[in-house]
Parts: sequence; C-alpha cells; structure tokens
Amino acid sequence: MSTELATAQPAQDTKTLVNDFSIEIGTVNGSGSQTANSVLMRTIFQMGVPVSGKNLFPSNIAGLPTWFQIRANTKGYVARKAVVDLMICMNPETAKDDVLKLSPHATVIYDEPLKLNTLRDDLTYYPVPFQKLVTASCPEPKLHKLVKNMIYVGVAGQMLGLDMNETKNAITKQLKGKQKAIEINQAAVDAGFAWAAENMPAQSRLQVVADNKTAGNIIIDGNAACALGSMFAGVQVVGWYPITPSSSLVESLIDYADEHRRDESGKLTVAIVQMEDELASAGLVFGAGWAGARSMTSTSGPGISLMSEFIGLGYFSEIPGVFFNVARTGPSTGLPTRTMQGDIEICAKCSHGDTLHINLYPGNMGECFDFAYEAFNLAERFQTPIFVVTDLDLGMQNWMSKPFTYPEGNFDRGKVLGEKELAEMKDWGRYKDVDGDGIPYRSLPGTPGGKGAYFTRGSGHNAMAQYSEKPEDYKALVDRLRLKYETAKQYVPKPVLADTGSKRGILAFGSSDPAVMEARDVLVDSFQKKTDYLRLRALPFTAEVDAFIKGSEVIYVVEQNRDGQMHALLGEFYPEAAMKFKKVLHYNGMALDAQTIVDQITAFEN
Amino acid sequence: MTTATPSAPAPPAAPTNKLGLTKQDYVGSKSTLCAGCGHDSITAQLINAAFEMNIEAYKVGKYSGIGCSSKTPAYFFNQAWGFNSVHGRMPSVASGAALANRELVNIGVSGDGDSMSIGIGQLMHMIRRNVPIIYIIEDNGVYGLTKGQFSATADLGSVLKHGSVNELPPIDPCTLALELGCGFVARSFSGDPKQMNAILKAAMAHNGTCIIDIISPCVTFNNHDSSTKSYKNAKDHDFPLHELGFVQFNELEQVEIPAGESKVVTFPDGSKVSFRALREDYDPTDRFGAMKILHEGVEKGEFLTGLLYVNTSKPNVHDTTHIVDAPLVHLGQAALKPGKDVLAKCMDELM
Repeated sequence: MSTELATAQPAQDTKTLVNDFSIEIGTVNGSGSQTANSVLMRTIFQMGVPVSGKNLFPSNIAGLPTWFQIRANTKGYVARKAVVDLMICMNPETAKDDVLKLSPHATVIYDEPLKLNTLRDDLTYYPVPFQKLVTASCPEPKLHKLVKNMIYVGVAGQMLGLDMNETKNAITKQLKGKQKAIEINQAAVDAGFAWAAENMPAQSRLQVVADNKTAGNIIIDGNAACALGSMFAGVQVVGWYPITPSSSLVESLIDYADEHRRDESGKLTVAIVQMEDELASAGLVFGAGWAGARSMTSTSGPGISLMSEFIGLGYFSEIPGVFFNVARTGPSTGLPTRTMQGDIEICAKCSHGDTLHINLYPGNMGECFDFAYEAFNLAERFQTPIFVVTDLDLGMQNWMSKPFTYPEGNFDRGKVLGEKELAEMKDWGRYKDVDGDGIPYRSLPGTPGGKGAYFTRGSGHNAMAQYSEKPEDYKALVDRLRLKYETAKQYVPKPVLADTGSKRGILAFGSSDPAVMEARDVLVDSFQKKTDYLRLRALPFTAEVDAFIKGSEVIYVVEQNRDGQMHALLGEFYPEAAMKFKKVLHYNGMALDAQTIVDQITAFEN
Repeated sequence: MTTATPSAPAPPAAPTNKLGLTKQDYVGSKSTLCAGCGHDSITAQLINAAFEMNIEAYKVGKYSGIGCSSKTPAYFFNQAWGFNSVHGRMPSVASGAALANRELVNIGVSGDGDSMSIGIGQLMHMIRRNVPIIYIIEDNGVYGLTKGQFSATADLGSVLKHGSVNELPPIDPCTLALELGCGFVARSFSGDPKQMNAILKAAMAHNGTCIIDIISPCVTFNNHDSSTKSYKNAKDHDFPLHELGFVQFNELEQVEIPAGESKVVTFPDGSKVSFRALREDYDPTDRFGAMKILHEGVEKGEFLTGLLYVNTSKPNVHDTTHIVDAPLVHLGQAALKPGKDVLAKCMDELM
C-alpha cells in the first residue's frame, strides 16, 4: 500500500465537484450573517442535495469573527469536511488567515477592498464590490451592514448554479411573515446575482445540480429535537439556567409548549422556571420528580458539575429526573461555543461515592427526539436521574433528518402505588426489592389513605426508609442500586451494529456517527480495510456490546476528548478485553471529520 | 335504679378536630435532639397548630436541608411525606414539589446555617417567586451538628464556648425577607409557645412564602451567658411587637374582633388575624414601617417578635408560571401528550 495515500489530506485538484464540496463563510458575528447562511444552506437542501451546516461562533454578542461551514454531499455524508472548497471572506480581520489556511485550488469570493488575491497564486479569486452593491440595492443606510451578507448569497448562487426560486422560498421561510425584511433581503440577493452574471467569469468546478435526495426531510437542530421529545413525553416541571450550548433546548420547549401544551382554559400543563443557578435547577427537578411529576433540566458541563451533589441525592434516594447535557469544550469555561464529548465519565458516574447512571447517547436528530421521549419513561421506571448526553455539534447545528415518528403507546410511569394498592398491601417498604429487579415501589405525597407516607433522605436508610447507619443496611442498599443498573440493560436503547465479519471493530457514539460512517467508506475505498461498527447508544453496556467486544480482535474507540473517557469505561467494565481497545481521539473543539479517523486507524494498522 | 357496680372510669377520649383526628395523629418519630432543645418546642407548636387548623397530614410536604433543625421534620406528622434534602438547597426541592402538586401544604424547617450561609441564594429566590411554603428558620446563631461554629446570624461580638469572638455583623432573616418582598414575615421565640402557635396558624392560612425566624437557643453550644442567643439573653431581650389573635374562617362568628387599636388581616382562605399593638400603633401591612421598627430593634438590642409584615395579595409561583388550576401531577397522558397531528404540524414547519 502506498504510504502517500495513508497520509492526511488527499491532494485537491481542479476536478469538477458537483454536489460534493464545502463552503466556508467568514463573517463578523452580529452582522446578520446567520440569516444569509441559513438561506444558502436551505437553497441547496431544497434543491434535493444532502447538506449540513456548522456554525463556528465566538462566545460574544457582536463584533468577533464567526464562520459558517456548509457541506453539500450527494452521498449524504454530513460530517464536517476539513478541506474548504469555496471560501467567502467578509471579515477584514480574519480574511488573510482564512485564505492562507486553504488547500491549493480552492475558490475565494472576497470583499474587493481586501485585495486578497496578492496572498497566494494557487487559488481562484472572485473579488466582489459588496459595499457598492448594497448601497445600490438597499435604500436604508442603517440596514446596509445587515443586508450586505445577503449579497454573497446571490453571488454564490449565480456561481454555483443554485435555483434562485428556491432561494426565494428559503428567504420567505426564514423571515416568516416579515414582508419588508423579505423584500429588502430578496433585493440584495438579486443584486448579487445580477452583478455576478454580468461581471464574474463563469466557473464549472463547483456546481450544485438539482437532485431528489432530500424530499420529505426536515432541517432541525438537536436541541429543538430534544425539546420536542420532552414535550411529547409530557414533561410537567422544568428548571433551567441559561448556558451555551444548551439554552436553546429549553427555549425551544417554551415555544413549543406555548403552542401545544395548554388546557382548554389556556393555562399551561407544564411549569417552566428559569432558576437562579444549576444547583437550584437540579433541586427543582428532584422536588418535582419526588412529588410525581415528569421533570427535567438542560445544561452543559459546568452545570453538571454544579448539579453533581443533587444528582447523588437523586440516585441514592431514588427520584426520577431527566438531565440533558449538551456538552461543550472544557474544563472550566473552556470553549463554550465549541463541541466536545468531554463529559462521558462525569455523566456515567456523576456525584461522590459509588454512583452509576443510565446514560443515553443520541447520534442523530431522530434519536434526539426518541431518546428525549424515552428518558422520561426510564427515569420513572428506574426512579433515578437519567442523562441524555448530546453535544454542541448535535444540539446547535442544523441537521437534515427524516421527519420524526410519533411515539405511540402509553407512558411508562413505573412502580407507583396509589391509595388502593397501598391499602391492599401488607408492610409496604419504600426501598424493598419486591420483584428482585432492584426497583422498589414508591408512593407520592398527597396520596390519601394514611398508608403511603415515608421519609426521603440522602443519609443512610433501610428498606423501610428509616434512618440507618448499620453496615448491612448500607451495603444492601448500594448493592440493590447496582442490581437496578443491571436491570436497566433490558430497557435502554440497544447499540446499532454494522457487522462485516472483519473482526476489526469501531466503537463510537453520539455526534461522531456521520464522520465514522464516512471514514468506514474511505477505509474500504482507499485502503481496502473493512470495519465492523458498533454505535453505542446507552449506558449500561448491554449484551450486544459484550458480544461485539468478544467477537472483535481490535476495537477502535472513537471519541471526542483527550483522555479517552469511553475507552476508560470500557477498560473498567471489560478488563479482560482491555488490550483490544485503541484510542481514536479528536479534541480541538471542532466537530469530528472523517479524515481524522482514517488517519489514526491507518496509523494503528501500519 | 342501677345496681351495677361502678367500673373504672373510661379514660377520657382524646379531643378530636374537625377531621376527627387527635393530636396523636400529627406526631412524628421520637426526637433525637439534645434534651431541652428549643427546636423541640417548635415541633410541638407545629403539631398543635396543624391539629387546630384541621390540616390533612397526607397533603403536607415536609422539607429540610442539613443541620440539627433539618432533622426535625422526622419528629412531626408521621402521615406526611418528608424530604431531608441537601445542605441549604431545600428551597428548590420544595419549589419543585409545590409546582408538581399545588395542593400540597409545604412546611420547610431550616436553620440559620442552612438558610443564611450555604442556602441564602436559594432562599432569596424562593421568596422572590413566592412559593407557597411555611419556612421556619430555627435560629440559634451556631452550627450545632458540626459542634459549635458561628453561623451568619451570630451577633457581632458574641463569644463561643471555647472563647473565639464573632467579628462579623449578623444577617437578619426578617429584614432580608422584607427587602425581597416576602408576603409573610414573622419572628418568634421558642420559649413563647402561645405566640408561635398564633403565627404558625396564620402561616397555614397564607398562600405564599412565609418566613418565620424563631430564636431557638442551642442548649449545648450557644447557651452560656455571654451568648446573645442564649435563653437568658432571649428572655431578657424579647419584646413582643403585638398580641396576635388568629381566627380561622369557619369559626369567625364566635369571635369578638378586638376594637380600637386592632388591625385585622384577611387571608385568601377567609381566615383573619387580628393584631393588637402593644408597642405604638403597629400596622403589619406597612412594609416600610416594618423595616423601620426592625432596624430600630437592632439599635436597641431587642428581638422584636410577632407578625412583622403580611401581604396576602402578592401573586405566587403558580400564578407566574401560568399553570393549570389542577395539580400537574393529576393530569393524565391525554392532557400531557399532544396528538399525532401536532407532531405532523411541527414537522411540516421544518421542511
């Protein structure tokens, strides 16, 4: 095998890239570029070409550099593409670096006064007089800064052969009902298009050709998908505290609930409270869960740290609650607007003492919806905090998805005793393991009949919920909690398995999935190496994981953190297989790309 | 004429309340606090007040944080659900339960360490939201359970058993609650059962956050003569602000409302509290007046006790979250899970 091929970037050439290229747009945040970028992305999507969008934004409101990456790919690869084929430079501060980092033969659209064409001679340049065009197309000077970005939509549209009717539809959709804004933005797009048609040399290297691969699909972000799942799961009490990148999860829920969770009198069937901090959010979740409501919070790594005392209480005193962790790059404040799978271990074992939690790892938009819904069932079934672990890449980026499937059937409200059951029961004990599955029966405050009351405490207690410091009581309690975790294996989502019989395994989870799928194809196409793939969707590890590990000779554990946190968990739960696990890691804050995986696996293989 | 030999008289039946319950139905487990602890007399008054107010014990949620005071919910209302949570964070737990089931009668018992140090943030925000709860601060100026460190309500210059002097100014829970717009602020003394009883009964009628600071000297760690929160000091410096008469709504006809200097406050359930001012013409609905008299009390070294401020018209957390009138936990799947058409509509908007 050629060693050149095994190295990083495939050399770019001038070959035609139809429905298979990436665009990066460098702008200033707060300049309205979000609208322009969404319109550009939606146009390609509405032309039937699979597309993904990634917003690389600063932790800032206005004035700092921001980038947006769009990838069109006819095969449906939606992971980040490390190589940029078309760069649109709108930000004077970063334009020079944006050009210097490009691979040879890339195409550059830039704001004419920036004079970027002198930087390198291996790129194709298209200078555009943006200021002149915006002045001519928009009569209101105070809007020029915001509308300027729409000019590049028209310019790029002309250059790439976009269907401008779809652009028009995208603008209408994006600016729902705001007629004046629609007109102003449309005029800017038209001005850009007209100028490009007249002044820019035609190019054929990058082209979008209408296809039919996105029909019936939606575009959504993972936070909105989780919010929808929670709404359909009947969430009743929500406590939250704003933190990037999770805030839009509850904000979406507020919007959805406002429309779809009101009774006949117009009052809400869910209480959503912005708390004073994450500790209080967790307290609210457990107070509500204890009283019998379906409750949740949404946060990110620093919030999980703050909640960890309460999460131990919820685990130890057995109270349901759903915790969404939209992970970001850390530790500490870290990079709040970048992505990472950095909270795998903290969520697996959150709090002090012996704790093991049920974790769900959605890997796409459909699973964000499904697992959010299912998390509430699991929380009540197991009377314990459930973590739904996503990250900024899933939570805040725009993803194409099949429309979600309606969750049929009834909620699983778990083992709850009402007045009648309590009356019929002899010597009920809140923490007795009656069924041998580790899950006790609970009663809810406010149940009449005088039989169900008990005292909940985070301190030592026996099966009858009485205070106890006896060694045998404590051991029996934590052993039963461990049994409960074992029982959960029958209930959590099973992994998704692609078995090629190669015995060369990849184990990954969450937002790594698109990059892994693409990397597996590259490994076959370029290196003739087949891989089996297990996409983990939950903790505890289930029998399918056991079998996969047993049947593989080597397992590449792909994850987005420095230390290999899932690798460490696998080593702990499968010590006999520890030597099989190899770390494939990515942790610079950017979303994982296929090439990174290919490079590391081929390095191991050689 | 009866010839039957007189039998031993039947023991007198324990008095029952309107629910047919005896006081025994409101008791809890045996207290494990130090003998003579003021906290136990607060517990006793909670039992009396609930009995007299005909509270359904099964509808009570009892909450606490960590500390000696936080152990006490185990010592009353065995038929109520209790939740001993984490240090200082009981307000958020109680808030969650109150939102889940708005029919619960919420009673929180905390201490000065739990409420004025680690938990001050949660307490303040619970007051802001006006979560319906009777929140009792059993205030002894000392951390008893960790054996006698100063708390944030310890008075400037007070001395611990081993001689260390508190050089920091105290936080007054009542002044703080007033500042935050709390609709029910009271102070009492664990050695004054009559006043505690009246305040607790009024609190049971109030539909919002009730902050009740009860000076409850620690018999073990803060009861020497130099302590400002000792029994001796509290007895010497306790100035009842006014005489309280609590009149439950359904007994109203039988009661004579005191005339002249009295002020009657009506609670949402129709109950009324009459205040007889002992010192000046005290008006418990005057927030600025309450602030003034509290600050003057500090200057004079007095504990002013009584119902300091009451406002029964403030919206509570159920109003501001705009939730349904029925307890959320009573809603079934039909009310909570939108239909297929709703999902289809949501999906359509995203295409």
